[in-house]
Amino acid sequence: MSKSPDRKSLSLPRALVPFILLALALYLGAAYAGSVRAGEHNYSLGRLATQEEIAGWDIDIRPDGAGLPAGSGSIADGEVLFDERCAVCHGEFGEGAGRYPVLAGGIGTLSSNDPVKTVGSYWPYASTLFDYIRRAMPFGDAQSLTADETYALTAYVLYLNDLLDEDAELDQTSLPAIEMPNRDGFTEPDPRPDTPGISVEKPCMKDCKGAVSITGTARSIDVTPDD
Amino acid sequence: MTDDKPTITKAPDRRRFLKSGLAAAGGVAAFGLAGRAGAVEAGGNSENQAPNVADWSRYLGDGVDAAPYGMPSPYESGVVRRNVEWLTATPESSVSFTPLHQLHGIITPNGLCFERHHGGAAEIDPADHQLMIHGLVDKPLMFTPEDIFRFPPESRFYFLECAANSGMEWHGAQLNSCQFTFGMVHCVHYTGVPLKTLLAACGVRPKAKWLLAEGGDASGMTRSIPMHKALDDCMVVYAMNGEKLRPEQGYPLRLVVPGWEGNMWIKWLRRIEVGDKPWYHREETSKYTDLMDDGTARSFTWVMDAKSAITSHCPENPIRRKGQQVISGVAWSGRGKISRVDVTADGGRNWHRARLDEPVMSKCLTRFYLDWEWSGDEALLQSRAIDETGYVQPTIKALRKVRGAESIYHNNSMRTWRVHNDGAIENVEIS
Repeated sequence: MSKSPDRKSLSLPRALVPFILLALALYLGAAYAGSVRAGEHNYSLGRLATQEEIAGWDIDIRPDGAGLPAGSGSIADGEVLFDERCAVCHGEFGEGAGRYPVLAGGIGTLSSNDPVKTVGSYWPYASTLFDYIRRAMPFGDAQSLTADETYALTAYVLYLNDLLDEDAELDQTSLPAIEMPNRDGFTEPDPRPDTPGISVEKPCMKDCKGAVSITGTARSIDVTPDD
Repeated sequence: MTDDKPTITKAPDRRRFLKSGLAAAGGVAAFGLAGRAGAVEAGGNSENQAPNVADWSRYLGDGVDAAPYGMPSPYESGVVRRNVEWLTATPESSVSFTPLHQLHGIITPNGLCFERHHGGAAEIDPADHQLMIHGLVDKPLMFTPEDIFRFPPESRFYFLECAANSGMEWHGAQLNSCQFTFGMVHCVHYTGVPLKTLLAACGVRPKAKWLLAEGGDASGMTRSIPMHKALDDCMVVYAMNGEKLRPEQGYPLRLVVPGWEGNMWIKWLRRIEVGDKPWYHREETSKYTDLMDDGTARSFTWVMDAKSAITSHCPENPIRRKGQQVISGVAWSGRGKISRVDVTADGGRNWHRARLDEPVMSKCLTRFYLDWEWSGDEALLQSRAIDETGYVQPTIKALRKVRGAESIYHNNSMRTWRVHNDGAIENVEIS
């Protein structure tokens, strides 16, 4: 029994002591009560991840090429694979089927009223294409492609965007060297808040604006699903 | 009649009981759903109303074993998530919407939290699930859910809003619905472990500035998260509103990134890699970047700015009678607490300060109410949220002036509900 209030071991009522001694005798000294801890950071939970486990799951690629596996792929091989496994959703030339993503074209449209955001017109890094195909494509059969197949499909999608010549091959060295057309099209950091405030202490509450007119209605567009 | 009274000796079988009950009552036809629709139209079935005694006041109801996991009343069967088919190519990579207009208070029931998947909802046996933390750490560790449960837990209330919530409204009023214009938000009481506790267990190296969180679903969802946020208030959670996460919300483990866009709250969390630079993956380049009028795009726009929605009345909740109404809604801010909400009934000419319902918590939905006498004239309802940083929810015109109309994400503008003089309500845009 502890007389010190800040001691971190569990205090037990005196009446329990004989039972504990009995338990200790019965269980040959097995530890009976844990200790109460507070504010400690080493909980000794989890176990070391093995190099093999990490290698199996560490599939991400960075713009500098970190993470790219050995292997290579050609546009010719990519075309065959694309037609077999990708064109059903993305169209034979990356034009997109239905509402599936358009992969090619759209260059020069970003500041228009109808921006077409594709790999070629919008994506800042080619590494992202490899990473995404590797982790998520084909849709419904993710992580089924080999490294060579992933290089080949990456090459083919870049070729559809006129970013590679017909005879090009991609590998660990050539992929991160590709300069995407919209590489400098992105801005950081976030500039928000970017809209004018009002007086928070005394925001206008009366006669804050003139006549109000209706400029558009959802009914006229009529795309709301019926229940 | 009393001679025919059914006697129940043990657990009553509802059908058997109903049958004898009907015989006993000489054919009370109103029991069940048959008369319901008409009864609602007529303001209820008078046989169940005073001075009569309703069946449920007479006969026994279900026993405690009838529904081991309880469901809402069958009369609430219309309170469901809904989706907009034309929005996406396939339901596995799509979104549904929380029925905000049918909810009360600030907590979203688990089964009504909107769903957003990029490769369908993974169904994971927790015995098989693993969370790996590796990269720029002293000790790469592998955790099971059981390991995570053994860390000291914390419980917190947070809203989660998809960056694309209200994204269909950038060009103007498009969907005539509160659910579809505001329903990519929910608010949940989470239980889990601070991410910093797990990172500390691995020993983060000084060069580490970012982490990559990855889901175990078929989209392998990834987002880069700056270390300052990870060490601030991120959590790895296993429970929502008192029970384990729902599969569609990331069971058995999900990341919570308070106040930041929902896409970063990686579900089915299987891996965290610690690094020195961001990864610029698909969901932070091709998607979840905000295209401006000049053709440039903003990257890493994480915070969800202050926003509010009038949930009643709204297109789905027309006004049925003149006179006393309560305008009710929710407000939230990714930068902290909501400090006030104002409501207008005349399109922003005059404003009235709404009552904030307690509790008001940081990065959490706040419920507001305003009593309002409706004369039967046309009205234009809007709500304007202000958060504790002084940020004011903007008009759509103010947003378009700085960003154009093509940025898809982060549309936190006020919407306008037009009340017609018959009480019908419509989503409109005003000058």
